[in-house]
Amino acid sequence: MKTLGILLAGLLAIPATADAALPKDQLGSPMWGYVGKQVFGENAVVRFDPRVKVDFPKIAENQRSFPVQVDARAIPNVVRIVIFADMNPIQQSIDFSLANAEPFIATRIKLDQRTPVRGAVQLKDGSWLVSGGWIDAAGGGCSAPPVSRVKGDWAQHLGESRGRLWENAGAARVMLSFRHPMDTGFVDNIPAYYLERMTVTSSGGSAIGTVHMQASVAEDPVLTLMPKIKPGESVSFDGRDTNGIEYAGIVTAATVGAAVQGAGR
Amino acid sequence: MPVAAAAFHYDLKPEVVADGIWVIRGADDAILMGNGGAIANVTILDTKDGAVLVDAGPSLRYGTELTALAKKLTGKPVARVYLTHLHPDHTYGDAAFQPLQIAATPALIAELKSEGPGFSDGMYRLLGDWMRGTELHIPGHVIATPSETIGGRTLRMLALAGHSGADLAIYDEATKTLIAGDLVFHDRAPSTPHADLPRWRTSLDTLKGLGQARVVPGHGPIDLTPHAAIDQTRDWIDWVDTALTDAIQAGLDPVEAGEIAIPPRFAMMKAARYELQRSVSHFYPGLEERSLPLVGKRA
Ligand SMILES: [Zn+2]
Repeated sequence: MKTLGILLAGLLAIPATADAALPKDQLGSPMWGYVGKQVFGENAVVRFDPRVKVDFPKIAENQRSFPVQVDARAIPNVVRIVIFADMNPIQQSIDFSLANAEPFIATRIKLDQRTPVRGAVQLKDGSWLVSGGWIDAAGGGCSAPPVSRVKGDWAQHLGESRGRLWENAGAARVMLSFRHPMDTGFVDNIPAYYLERMTVTSSGGSAIGTVHMQASVAEDPVLTLMPKIKPGESVSFDGRDTNGIEYAGIVTAATVGAAVQGAGR
Repeated sequence: MPVAAAAFHYDLKPEVVADGIWVIRGADDAILMGNGGAIANVTILDTKDGAVLVDAGPSLRYGTELTALAKKLTGKPVARVYLTHLHPDHTYGDAAFQPLQIAATPALIAELKSEGPGFSDGMYRLLGDWMRGTELHIPGHVIATPSETIGGRTLRMLALAGHSGADLAIYDEATKTLIAGDLVFHDRAPSTPHADLPRWRTSLDTLKGLGQARVVPGHGPIDLTPHAAIDQTRDWIDWVDTALTDAIQAGLDPVEAGEIAIPPRFAMMKAARYELQRSVSHFYPGLEERSLPLVGKRA
């Protein structure tokens, strides 16, 4: 990780007083000083704010796929949302630059150990608001050990995308799911390989936003966004992975699949 | 850590179920350091040829204490240990017994061989020193007949599935007691990490019609009626099934699905929110695959 090395070198060169830029961590994380600088950069204005609602389950039943939702709709002028977990080897997972979208994103990330999971939003003036909580990655005891790739058939399904659009009045929602192994580069000598960018646009041509992902996003990434679209508009997406494989498609509110048969297998 | 090193002791307390049957109740909670993983119910039956156990608890320490308790209650050593299914809160205590003492269906033996050891890391991480020396033993006694008689006690072997890929329920003919394993939960929300809900329902139908007087569930208090706990288990899995299907159809992400309201009729169920959130993790990927239309393919 080249950037990490550079950042670390930079960090070590700064006198300790520069830490004053970051507020004292509400979660008491040993990594806060380091991760904070990595995510927000030097001299950023950062405040803790409970209006950044970072929500996730009480239990990490599957540490390979832990759902996280960041909802900052109570805050005006949000231009960017990032999700990061201090103790993960790849701390940041999501960097969402939003245009015509509510400041909301839901996804699933990997967890390596007990860690703070945080959401941060950047405002138009460049300052950051952040919130989050601790989660233990130990699971329920009935989960099998973590492995890199769960589904062995990813190669045949690369590029496959599923999606659905809900035109709830005033709060449209789009859920996109992509088949991808999202290899971190840390397991079994498999090099890092992940879906790195996804851009979402309305059929009327307005930008909804761009999501940059890291390999710390769970295998087969899922994104839920709240686009600001007009009634009848559809949503298109296009993105690419680190090998240049393109993902593209259109989701209309009418594209609803056959009735779901229930949760059992 | 609240538990001192000297305190890694389960202090197992038997409850009388019927003539010659006791249950050691598990904590109606998650696997936690504070309970040492002793969350599953374990049953002891007295026979002329020795004590028969149904399930073995979570650890070598538990299995060792269980052996001593069975001896105290029956005056005899353990003749056989039946394992109901693969989950480590029921099986890992079998480390205290020899493979030929341990009985399971062929389907369960296959699952224990392939998946059983995989729970070890998680259990050691959650329970630390409680797990010391624990190594799952693969059963050496294969259940091959519809019933087994030990020391004059005839036990019907019901090889079913649904909570997991291989669930054994045991019916004690003499006392009309059904020892249901995790096919039945009672006032404690059912867990679903390996569940197949349609098969689970079929198994519950079978269990309901055995003519039992009472049921020992896998988790939760003894049901002193023939099928209240069976009905409750079915009600919960049906509700989870419908609620999560509705959640995905409404566009809820899994965080939101784990926060939906739990109906008041389940108010007496321990660990309800916890198990609902686990069930979201188990079922949501499949639900998403079936409810999100394919909208893009590789060119
Ligand atoms: Zn179980």
